[in-house]
Amino acid sequence: MRDVVVIGVGITKFGELWNKSFRQLIADAGAQAIIDSGISGSEIDALYVGSMSAGRFIGQEHIGALVADCSGFSLMHIPSIRVESACASGGLAFRQGFFSVASGMNDVVVIGGVEKMTDVVGTEATDILATGLDQEWEAFFGVTFPGIYAMIATKHMHDYGTTREQIAQVAVKNHANGVLNPYAQFKKEMKLENILKAPMVAYPLGLLDCSPVSDGAAALILCAAEKANKYTDKSVKIIGSGQASDTLPLHGRKDICTFESTVYASKKAYQHANVRPNDIDVAEVHDCFTIAEILAIEDLGFVKKGKGGKAVDDKITTLDGQIPINPSGGLKAKGHPVGATGVAQIAEIVLQLRGEADKRQIKDAKIGLTHNVGAGGASCVVNILEAM
Amino acid sequence: MKGTGIVSYGASIPRLRIKSSDIAKAWGKDPDTIIGGLGIIEKSVPSLDQDVATISVEAARAAIDRCNINPKDIGAIYVGSESHPYAVKPTGTIVAEAIGSTPIIMVADYEFACKAGTAAIQTCMALVKSDMVKYGMAIGADTSQAAPGDVLEYAASAGGAAFIIGKEKIIADINNTCSYTTDTPDFWRREGRKYPAHGGRFTGTPAYFRHISNNAKNLMESSNTKPEDYNFAVFHQPNGKFPIRVAKMLGFTFEQVKQGLLCPIIGNTYSGSSMLGLASVLDVAKPGDRVFVASYGSGAGSDAFDITINNNIKSLKKSNASLVSQLIDEKEYIDYATYTKYRDLLYWE
Repeated sequence: MRDVVVIGVGITKFGELWNKSFRQLIADAGAQAIIDSGISGSEIDALYVGSMSAGRFIGQEHIGALVADCSGFSLMHIPSIRVESACASGGLAFRQGFFSVASGMNDVVVIGGVEKMTDVVGTEATDILATGLDQEWEAFFGVTFPGIYAMIATKHMHDYGTTREQIAQVAVKNHANGVLNPYAQFKKEMKLENILKAPMVAYPLGLLDCSPVSDGAAALILCAAEKANKYTDKSVKIIGSGQASDTLPLHGRKDICTFESTVYASKKAYQHANVRPNDIDVAEVHDCFTIAEILAIEDLGFVKKGKGGKAVDDKITTLDGQIPINPSGGLKAKGHPVGATGVAQIAEIVLQLRGEADKRQIKDAKIGLTHNVGAGGASCVVNILEAM
Repeated sequence: MKGTGIVSYGASIPRLRIKSSDIAKAWGKDPDTIIGGLGIIEKSVPSLDQDVATISVEAARAAIDRCNINPKDIGAIYVGSESHPYAVKPTGTIVAEAIGSTPIIMVADYEFACKAGTAAIQTCMALVKSDMVKYGMAIGADTSQAAPGDVLEYAASAGGAAFIIGKEKIIADINNTCSYTTDTPDFWRREGRKYPAHGGRFTGTPAYFRHISNNAKNLMESSNTKPEDYNFAVFHQPNGKFPIRVAKMLGFTFEQVKQGLLCPIIGNTYSGSSMLGLASVLDVAKPGDRVFVASYGSGAGSDAFDITINNNIKSLKKSNASLVSQLIDEKEYIDYATYTKYRDLLYWE
């Protein structure tokens, strides 16, 4: 395998973007990434696009062809591949594109992630997201995502003494980070009492413990390291990638407070990169619910199992903490257009490693990690990048 | 446009009220969060024998009772509502018979979500101005629907107002009017459906705020006026927050808005909303006062009016009918169980 680098980043604002369609969003993000990288369209060998459920959200399938067409590449007949792994679609699209360049088949590929979620009403969005669960064993009986994560949260509180306040502190931190991110859906500080007093969704998770329904897109340009210098001098190297699966329904797991897909994916990524958890300077993790960030930092090995709540409370995950988590504001404050999320996480880490994250810049960040989870942890992709 | 204006007006608000806190309790919501979020403390509720026809007739009679005109001189009645009692058969004919204006009269019912009544004012202005009729009556009234548990349930209320438009005996000159309309589906009720659907926050920025603010700016530009030229400003009131926010966006103060702001204490009367606000202003306005009005109807559009009160308002017999403030004060509270009965929310076989 040859070395692969990220040479371009594009991201749209996330939020309720009523005046932007699916195709406009991905075309905007792709165009930004191409401009950022310095490549020309004729040099692109392939497109990889992560999108979870365009068929349900906007009634459009055949996303690979659509994205090539709306980006102006259909007449150049560039191959375009849609990748789906529920909320991990973006992270997995990146991994597939990475493989294609590392293998030598392609030299330059565009990775896109996009979702347009606000064309349907909130209850329908909840149903569509629940298609990432097990339809026969979970969704059929009325379980939705907040319910899944609420069960995990109550078990975590029971097993490890994690408190409601500790869980809510994840939202406090991520909202504070979101204020500093121009792309974030929510740029508003939230106090602990705001989180605790928000309308209950599924105990113990209130409205402000949940990531929002969002529109948005992100794109990256990957290039063979040996050919990157002719385009840019701000490459960021991909040094590790891991992916793992777990049982689709939650009840198949021996411990619902551990996402073994995260444990195994990160183990592979650390081995691939030849780094350990304490070598990571900054991480973007999958905080679709506040409790999910606590699980993530435990399962990625940043803290011991059961200590995630205390770690957040002790502020070791803030921008100036020991291991800064979600400087972008995370899914919680930046927004969670599901297919775009995994790509946007990598875009944030690339900006951090290039030293271009402005007010949310992590000092001396050299190695960054992204953690993208599909649905309730049945799939997970972990990628590790290094500044050059 | 000078020479056309308001001859008289009347209002009607059902006496039943339900508190937002009682609705919130029924659905397990925090009352303070609901009241703080929507700015609605309580809303009017139509009783079993009240509908858009009875509300329209009551408002129309109040308007007739206050002025000295012959009902036979009213040559047109248009009733704007999104809750006409009949899908096919006009409300306007009932009103016309009730006030003695039949049979030589043009009548039709209007629908444009919450701005059908102000659209009726514009139609009447045109008919009067072209001398097709001596007087025209424009009514906006609703007994608006809300699905149980929907956030609309805290707002959807009942009430209406009637305005007689003419060239003679006018108490307020309508100096200018204009509209701003696009196809923006923020709120709708399909044929045969009992309750409306809406696009949540989409009803805000791209719908209510865009249409009202653009229309208000257009009106003030063509009238060569500024917000500070007006003594009163009335906006459509889907909740207690939107009218205050749009007023601030445009440069109006809360002082200008407060006399016409009724939603916090009677809810959103839909087609009656901005027209009841205007009626409340006319209850207290003095000669020379200038009034700005902007309605909003989902789907979507806004009608705006630049109005100046003249001396004739002093001779209007306002006390022959209830002032808006009196209608608001005459109230009787019901609980949520009674509300479900009156609003036909119960189901049995």
